[in-house]
Amino acid sequence: MQNFIKTYMINIKGLHKSYQMGSNSLHVLKGIDFEVKEGELVAIMGSSGSGKSTLLNIIGMLDNYDKGSYELDNVVIKNMDETKAANYRNKFLGFIFQSFNLINYKTALENVILPLYYQGVDRKTREAKALKYLDDVGLKNWATHMPNELSGGQKQRVAVARAMVAEPKVLLADELTGALDSKTSKEVMDLIQKINEKGKTILVVTHEEDIARMCKRIVRLKDGVIVEDKKITQKKAL
Amino acid sequence: MKELFSKDTWQEIFGSIQKNRTRTIITMIGVLWGIFIYITLAGAAKGLDNGFEKAFASISSNSLFIWGQYTSLPYAGYKARRGIQLKTTDVAIIKKRVPEIEFIAPRNVRGVFGSAGGNIIRGSKSGTYAIYGEYPEYIKIATTKVFDGGRFINQSDMDQSRKVCVIGERTVEELFDIDEDPIGEYIAINNISFKVIGVHKFVQGGGFGDDGDIYIPFVTFKDLFNTGENVGFFMMSAYDNVDVVKVEKEVKTVLKDIKDINPKDDEALGGFNLGKVFKDTANFVDGLSFLSLVVGIATILAGVIGIGNILLISVKERTKEIGIRRALGATPRQIRNQIITESVFLTILSGIIGIILGTLVLYGINVATEDLSDFPYTNPTVPLKFIFGALALMIILGTLIGTLPAQKAVSIKPIDALREE
Repeated sequence: MQNFIKTYMINIKGLHKSYQMGSNSLHVLKGIDFEVKEGELVAIMGSSGSGKSTLLNIIGMLDNYDKGSYELDNVVIKNMDETKAANYRNKFLGFIFQSFNLINYKTALENVILPLYYQGVDRKTREAKALKYLDDVGLKNWATHMPNELSGGQKQRVAVARAMVAEPKVLLADELTGALDSKTSKEVMDLIQKINEKGKTILVVTHEEDIARMCKRIVRLKDGVIVEDKKITQKKAL
Repeated sequence: MKELFSKDTWQEIFGSIQKNRTRTIITMIGVLWGIFIYITLAGAAKGLDNGFEKAFASISSNSLFIWGQYTSLPYAGYKARRGIQLKTTDVAIIKKRVPEIEFIAPRNVRGVFGSAGGNIIRGSKSGTYAIYGEYPEYIKIATTKVFDGGRFINQSDMDQSRKVCVIGERTVEELFDIDEDPIGEYIAINNISFKVIGVHKFVQGGGFGDDGDIYIPFVTFKDLFNTGENVGFFMMSAYDNVDVVKVEKEVKTVLKDIKDINPKDDEALGGFNLGKVFKDTANFVDGLSFLSLVVGIATILAGVIGIGNILLISVKERTKEIGIRRALGATPRQIRNQIITESVFLTILSGIIGIILGTLVLYGINVATEDLSDFPYTNPTVPLKFIFGALALMIILGTLIGTLPAQKAVSIKPIDALREE
């Protein structure tokens, strides 16, 4: 029974989302059914306008949905107020963005610390923890550097450390290699694979086929519906 | 509230303030200028107030002078242009009919208002000084002080028409050697020997008073100058909390009555009361203080609005950063508090710098005007309660104005913020 309840990390049923554009309504998600088990590494693919980013935003509690249901680790996520959503984001989710989204006047270490700061973790603990995660991504020696002193790959690895530091249940990566060259992309994906191997559930939104092949499962979206959902043989990044 | 005292909060704030130094400095100048203007103006008004108070210190503010002039209207069989002479006998009548009068001192003088002063000789030294015939009451009305070791004219001097005198500081300097005690010494006033019983302290700004004035008993003066019961002018003081202007009118009414002056004649009696002048000056200074308050508050307000404005722009600039923070788990409250704390912190910091600069300027003005005894400006200070009031006002305004950009920051949805590429 216990095992059954824990089955899905993400459980989405009949999800609909429309945007009001003036008098027009744009139906972006038209009934998505989607489950992710703990420890999966899922690529969400689709061309622009397919609704993949909207789906990620809803999963990331950055956006609301109109119809259907969404459970994250068996918690129903629906019409949360901003404060509660912030707390859930902080505890359950780690974000990695295409443009890294590091705060440019904070050092690498301070950037990694930020989620723990908002959790109210005390100074010493969060510094030690952040340093450990920076070490995990191989950037311990860069802890005191500002983002503009780091290469793109290093920035994204800082972002990964930042996403990991609060020990979230799910990592959400939105085109995380979009701004990186292919060599650096592979390095970052290698990092993602290693994190996944330790049991972390990861969702990667991408439009690059070779990045998707480095995941364990590919979900394709087209015009707001899932057109394909298949398990694949994972290709090692490096 | 806990967040206010946490090191992290301040690190966040310093981080974002340092990020854009130019913006921070320009923002701060607005409030800094406001509080600077306020402190300087309020201090200057206070300095002026102190200056006037010092200038009026020689005569109590509730005192008044009355003297006789020439009638302008015929009355009771008298023609106009009749000279009015005050008499010592008027004193009792005035005191009886105007109970608001506390003290009344008839005075006669030689040496001012065009009359010749007394010729004073002591040994080989001599000089000309104004001679006043005084009642003992004079010392209770004027704030002239007699130095320790001496005394003013008393009732027994009056009763016995003693030839005693109280001389001024300058007279002492001019007629006596240094280190010589004038008390008990004799000087000749118009060839009549007088014993010095006291030295009075010269106080700047006491009307026509001088540091060379010589006071002798009224009755002795009468014998010396043959003035009979004539009185040059009355100096009176009213009880505290009495309207001196009204008292002057009442005294004049009584005098008009006993001197057969037309009640409508405003020329026959001259009068001057410091109460009115004092009140006018006090009103003027009050007005000035009020003006400085209004100008100060308005300028502070303008500065604080400037801070709000720039924070609003900065929130716009920082949309993405705020979005990132939100995505990382910052609650709306945390974001709001950060912006408001930034606003209040900037406001107070610039306020304190403004207060310090304003104080320095006041200090400078004080040093520069210290030696100008004619300039009514002394010890310009701003009461602490005004400073704290200004600080409190800044905290309130800073919070209020901070809520605007803070609300804007909170209204930013993380998804929209992050989408802005």
